[in-house]
Amino acid sequence: MRKKSHDNTENRKDAARVAAALCPVSPLLTVGCLLLAWQWISAREFISHILVPPPAEVYQAFIDSLADGALVKHASVTLEEMLYGLLLGVGVGLLIGYAIAKAPLLESILSPIIVAFQSTPIVAYAPLLVIWFGSGIASKIVTTAVIVFFPTLVNTIVGIRSVSPNLRDLMRSLKAGRWQMFRHLEAPSALPVILAGLKTSTTLAVIGAVVGEFVSQGSGLGYLVTSARNLYNTPLVVVAVLTMTAISLSLYGLVAYVEWRFLVWRRRPSL
Amino acid sequence: MKLSLRELSVSFRDPDGRAFSALGPISFEVAAQQFVCLVGPTGCGKSTLIRVLAGLLPATSGSARCDGELISRPMDQFAIMFQDANLMPWRTVLDNIALPLEIDGVPRASRYETVRALLPQLHLGNFEASYPAELSGGMAQRVALGRVIVQAPRVLLLDEPFGALDALTREKLSLDLLRLRQRNVQTIIMVTHDISEAVLLADRVLVMSRRPGTLVEDIAVELPRPRRSHMIYLPEFLRLAKRVRESIETLNSL
Ligand SMILES: Nc1ncnc2c1ncn2[C@@H]1O[C@H](COP(=O)(O)OP(=O)(O)OP(=O)(O)O)[C@@H](O)[C@H]1O
Ligand SMILES: [Mg+2]
Repeated sequence: MRKKSHDNTENRKDAARVAAALCPVSPLLTVGCLLLAWQWISAREFISHILVPPPAEVYQAFIDSLADGALVKHASVTLEEMLYGLLLGVGVGLLIGYAIAKAPLLESILSPIIVAFQSTPIVAYAPLLVIWFGSGIASKIVTTAVIVFFPTLVNTIVGIRSVSPNLRDLMRSLKAGRWQMFRHLEAPSALPVILAGLKTSTTLAVIGAVVGEFVSQGSGLGYLVTSARNLYNTPLVVVAVLTMTAISLSLYGLVAYVEWRFLVWRRRPSL
Repeated sequence: MKLSLRELSVSFRDPDGRAFSALGPISFEVAAQQFVCLVGPTGCGKSTLIRVLAGLLPATSGSARCDGELISRPMDQFAIMFQDANLMPWRTVLDNIALPLEIDGVPRASRYETVRALLPQLHLGNFEASYPAELSGGMAQRVALGRVIVQAPRVLLLDEPFGALDALTREKLSLDLLRLRQRNVQTIIMVTHDISEAVLLADRVLVMSRRPGTLVEDIAVELPRPRRSHMIYLPEFLRLAKRVRESIETLNSL
């Protein structure tokens, strides 16, 4: 009896070890399987190549667009819009979020506007932003900023409001000033929530930039998608879309790294 | 420093907005360097009283003074220890204990030096780089105690500081507290629900009534100092503990 339960825990430990070893490579496995399925489907021509181009054609389109500089040019435009948009939207979100968390009155004044804004689809008012901010980069930055503003705002409010009242009392009893209260208590305790919001924001940023590019043409990956589609160049469309994915995953990864690096105290103790 | 409470009372509002009285009116004095323990039924306003003395909560009426000065904000040379350790989870043991010094603008090198000198006495020698999540309850309370000690307070307010610990650990910690106190004798007000802890540590035990808490008994403890854990077997100790217990039991039977 005892022997058996011992074996069981041993087995479970082995299983846990295998799972731990697989963990870093398992996303690669998923991607590999998807690629195989894609290759298989297009090789059998279940679906026309115009709809689902085979990986080789997409790869060729990738090489070509790299060679003529188009991909890098459009990707860097989109990336630039995203970064400025993130800077603006996250910056304003942090400021207003902090102000609202500290002054409930401000919340009741601002919340109708904020809720109205948030419940309107960005695609619907993106054209308005183009009318206001022109068809250049500014309108795309604003579209991105608007879309990343909300998760930052909400997470900042939640983060600052969830500061432990007992720690607040401790800081008051130590006669901490306003700035010290922020620097030593509010900022560090809200940081995990704010970084979680930032992760959401980075993935939304690409949506904002591309929606902006759809609405007013010119350059960027969104423009590349539209123009390639008009030429029935499906492989290039796929390349553009995958590039967006890569950009947003890299930014997400960057924030995840920052999280890992700065929230040492939240890392789970190793097994 | 001497504390005096005069007709102090605090009321709160319940969720319907009606005011109710949570504490007092209560009056007593604590002489400089006296150690006073506060016992009373749950919800009688002990934590509220501590918060008023800490300058974290205004009195609704009456007053609390320290050497004649009205306590209306956190005072210099006061330190408070809460029921749970109340540590910052993102700071290491070292940085948690050093927090008060950091707030006071002490440079990093000298505050670390101060704290490192203290760690062995707190039995935290090997844990300076640990985070609170990695500590046991008793260790976390020692960190909180360290954070109080570096403030070198003249008045110490303790709200059930060892409440969450087992009997032996709390006895050890409270005697640690007494030992650390010998070097720098402070005025101490400590809330506890443990009768023998109260008698073992205090010069006076104050028994409070049910909410709103008022003073029902003021018992002087004349055991010799330094106090030792074996004193709990002395007839005088037993007599005092019995008196405190009877006083609380009378309350409960009312
Ligand atoms: N901020 C507050 N708002 C409203 N009511 C409060 C507040 N703080 C305390 N109370 C109420 O005041 C009463 C006294 O609370 P207090 O925390 O001082 O009791 P206590 O004696 O410390 O109890 P315990 O022994 O359980 O810790 C309780 O009824 C409590 O619910
Ligand atoms: Mg209490």
